[in-house]
Amino acid sequence: MQEIVTFDNVGLRYGTGKEVLSDISFTLYPGSFYFLTGNSGAGKTSLLKLLYLAQRPSRGLIKLFDTDAVTLTRERMPGFRRRIGVVFQDFRLVPHLSAYDNIALPLRVSGMTEKDLDGPVCEMLDWVGLSDRATARPATLSGGEQQRVAIARAVIARPEILVADEPTGNVDPEMAIRLLKLFESMNALGTTVVVATHDVHLLARIPEAHMMRLFRGKLADPTGVLRHPPKPEARAKIDGLPDFPPVKGPRSKAPDAD
Amino acid sequence: MLGFFTISRAERRLIPDTRLAGPMPWVIAIMIFLTILAVAAGLSLRSGAQAINAQLSGRVTIQILAVKPQERAKQLAKVEQALDASALVARRNTLSQEELEALLAPWLGGDVLDDTITIPAMIDVDLKGAASADNIKALEKLVAKASPDARLDPHGRWLQPVFDLLVTLQLLALVLVIMLGAATAAIVVLTVRGALNTHGPTIAVMHLLGSTDIQVARLFQRRVALDAFFGSMLGSGLAALALYLLSRQIGGLDAGLLNSGQLNILDLALLVLVPLSGIILATIVARATVIIALRKSL
Repeated sequence: MQEIVTFDNVGLRYGTGKEVLSDISFTLYPGSFYFLTGNSGAGKTSLLKLLYLAQRPSRGLIKLFDTDAVTLTRERMPGFRRRIGVVFQDFRLVPHLSAYDNIALPLRVSGMTEKDLDGPVCEMLDWVGLSDRATARPATLSGGEQQRVAIARAVIARPEILVADEPTGNVDPEMAIRLLKLFESMNALGTTVVVATHDVHLLARIPEAHMMRLFRGKLADPTGVLRHPPKPEARAKIDGLPDFPPVKGPRSKAPDAD
Repeated sequence: MLGFFTISRAERRLIPDTRLAGPMPWVIAIMIFLTILAVAAGLSLRSGAQAINAQLSGRVTIQILAVKPQERAKQLAKVEQALDASALVARRNTLSQEELEALLAPWLGGDVLDDTITIPAMIDVDLKGAASADNIKALEKLVAKASPDARLDPHGRWLQPVFDLLVTLQLLALVLVIMLGAATAAIVVLTVRGALNTHGPTIAVMHLLGSTDIQVARLFQRRVALDAFFGSMLGSGLAALALYLLSRQIGGLDAGLLNSGQLNILDLALLVLVPLSGIILATIVARATVIIALRKSL
């Protein structure tokens, strides 16, 4: 199978400090589900930043969509970023925009018209249970509601890779299961999903998922991705939840010139 | 080109519209006001210099200084003859006794002029070409042959310091315009940098969602264009009022030199371009500032 992400001997240091990530090598395949685990400070967020192109590595090679991401030019960067959906640990919702506008942001950035984006945004709001909060600004939403808006924003443009940094950190167990079901639905549609978490209970809920464990900036398994043993009982817990709504319109669009 | 200024209503919401809240429109209004005055002054000086140049620079006055009246008359006739035959001369005018007395009366008094005071004969000559050194030399040679007591007084010689002053003032006006343009650009840069800092988190999110630098720049350049438009209109209005009042006052003076500096239609068209240039300059500077600033991030 053609790999979608390859990290080869990647290292990352901030400024002149010591490396926060060292000798990271792994390969991700399209349509797979991955958990990235590790204690706080192990380097999960730093690794995800490399993955969603918010950071360049200090050394090593990163290949994304069969392209060298380390030497990617600034002009080509937006096109690659549109193929990656991100759920940030701190949500990063735009504070002066409504829940509707925050969710619509990736579609607007990719050039979709207002007429075309209204349907998908409303469907997404409905799916995350925030239809009645569409006009609410982030400051008036609870932590869980903000989390759901952040997730809806990450998945609305049907990215090829979905990266989520502690996506269930602020939601109750029922919502956590619901969100995982969403990720699994995305995964079923062919999206490669990478979820960083230190919630061990979460790992058991996606039996097909692979696991990567970081320890002090290094992958615990030097060969890369470990297979997580499936647990059938976890499967039963997430069955029965509604399916992820299909999103119409272009999956991604090349950056428009002015 | 329209896309340079226009963005959708939804895009407008990405950066809160705080237009007119900051000092930029008011600063641009002042800059445009001063720039229009500086350009108007420069253009006025240019028209004045051209008018004076056209009237006087090709003119030479010949004085025949012979003391005895008969000798003076004889030399005058010879010089007139030589000038009429010369290809250098376009027109000549010998000043009559009455004209000479009228010229001197303000200084010597009308009743003082009599036969006891020797008044030189004077001929105003308009040259066909410019009063270049070669032409003056040739004319001097021609006149000296006809009258040993003649003296040439090219008007361009005493006009030169006036021209130099006018050129210096025009350059000063140009420097002023450039400095005002640079100050306007600096204000735009500072304002846009401030706005970029304020909206940094929003821009970072937009980038991570795949927004291009151009998309972000368009949000800012539109706001700056609107602010610059408001400032330019205000500054232009005030400048038009000031120029109107000035032109009325100058018109009332009935002073030849000042009146020769009147602005023509082309000059006025150039003045109209000042606020337009201000808007374009502010917009381009805003765009460049955003793009340069964003290039420092990943």
